[in-house]
Amino acid sequence: MKILVCVSKTPETTAKISFDADNKEFNSAGVNFIMNPYDEWYALVRALDLAKATSGTVTLICVGGADVEPVMRKGLALDANDGVRIDAQPVSAMFTAFQIAEHARTNKYDIIFTGKETIDYNGSEVGAMIAEYMNVPFISYASKLEMSGNIATLERDIEGGVEEVELETPFVVSASKGMAEQRIASMMGIMKAKSKPIQVIAPQPFVNPVHVAQFTLPKAKSGVKYIAADNMDELVRLLHEEAKVI
Amino acid sequence: MSVLIYAESHAGHFKKAALETVTYGKKLADMLGVECCALTLGKVENAGSLGEYGAAKVFTVESLGDFDSQTYAHTIISIAQFAGANVVVLSNSSTGKSLAGRVAVRMNAGLVSGATALPTIEGSVFKVKKSVFSGKAIADYEITSANKVISVTGNAIVPEKMGTGVTVQPFNIEVPVSRVHVKAVKTTEGIVPLPEAELVVSAGRGMKDSANWGIIEDLAGALGATTACSRPVADAHWRPHYEHVGQTGVAIRPNLYVACGISGAIQHLAGVNNSKVIVVINNDPEAPFFKAADYGVVGDLFQVVPKLTEAIRKYKHS
Repeated sequence: MKILVCVSKTPETTAKISFDADNKEFNSAGVNFIMNPYDEWYALVRALDLAKATSGTVTLICVGGADVEPVMRKGLALDANDGVRIDAQPVSAMFTAFQIAEHARTNKYDIIFTGKETIDYNGSEVGAMIAEYMNVPFISYASKLEMSGNIATLERDIEGGVEEVELETPFVVSASKGMAEQRIASMMGIMKAKSKPIQVIAPQPFVNPVHVAQFTLPKAKSGVKYIAADNMDELVRLLHEEAKVI
Repeated sequence: MSVLIYAESHAGHFKKAALETVTYGKKLADMLGVECCALTLGKVENAGSLGEYGAAKVFTVESLGDFDSQTYAHTIISIAQFAGANVVVLSNSSTGKSLAGRVAVRMNAGLVSGATALPTIEGSVFKVKKSVFSGKAIADYEITSANKVISVTGNAIVPEKMGTGVTVQPFNIEVPVSRVHVKAVKTTEGIVPLPEAELVVSAGRGMKDSANWGIIEDLAGALGATTACSRPVADAHWRPHYEHVGQTGVAIRPNLYVACGISGAIQHLAGVNNSKVIVVINNDPEAPFFKAADYGVVGDLFQVVPKLTEAIRKYKHS
């Protein structure tokens, strides 16, 4: 089986978020970057297991400048075979999806994985867009994926439960928690990753329809009001009369 | 020109998200000076009632079967073309997340998913706000394309009645053959799903053991709230993973979030800090969560939570 895993570089989960002086760009000073957790923990790990079981291959793809290569090397250290980097800034989900689809169209992947969303822009858009560009089915928020030949059985998260679906390859899937368990690269994997190929390709022309005009930080809470542990009637009164939420 | 909204239904009835979406669509249509049209897919009872929430027209396509993002998206696009819609509004639900990107690609439209407020329109500048960096910041997106797709976050807008029922226009259009076979749908009936919940009671490692969750369920039961948990609790399999709220779990924005025995790591706060009111119960007065709370109770949750449950029951019966 030939699998493509779309990965993204995001600030680490504990990063303090701030912006430049005119609030147009993310301030990356002092921020550590990681592979988007959903891409790594769930999509990539499941893809690697499926490829292993079928003597297949896993290719990583990322839209970004040379600064994303350490993140891609991490994926190669986990055992992905090779990487493709589209040399452009990922200015929107649609730009990213378009570029990935342009590559995937000529490379006949059986499954294209994404994480369920990135933890920076939280769009959850790229998977559905790749699927539409390629005219193949898309399963979102999959928490389980089993293959039998070219038939896939998946569970996907829906409001208040799960839906079980079956379909044939090729398709696009976004992975959520439950799909796989986080894995740590071996020393051997890290050494081998250094010499694995990352193909750099130029982006195709695309008119971008949407961009961030400005960022703002949420207003800080005005301060906590403490209620004595033996006076829960008072808390209920405040929730009803002051906060008006019950 | 018009605004087309897709009103989601489950087992023949509209979801709360459907009413939020049509309210959003109607208000946006008014801003643009155009009509708000609504679309329902599959069999739905009383589809014309969407008129009460501001839809001028309601289109139905009953011939669609189980959910498949491809067949549903292509039907939405066909109806958008028929209705002359240049803005499509969806809910940012599991269904909406599967559809929005597809509809945007086909319509060559800029997409903002998870809008938290109505757009602002100044001349030809069309901007939509959404939460980014897992709730740690807000971004104002500008859509520069003629066509636009917006998916609306749950609890971002309150459904409002502002019209009367309208006549439904059924469509018999050819629906593409689905390549996805839905084998089973397993949902817990009678519980409001977390992304839609207005009241949430959540607990963390302070509970010490999964066997102790009875007091949390009692409090949730008394309030009519949905239960949630922190990441370590889900990772230890004390609670199902769909209850995990936080940066790598579900992001929620209820009216009330009660956190019991959760210290408030930055990753947890990221998923819940859009809650309108936060109550924190923790025996550690230094727990970082108190800084993000509106109301705090420093005390042993095994004593405080049952007392709070009792106080809620007393209030409900008064």
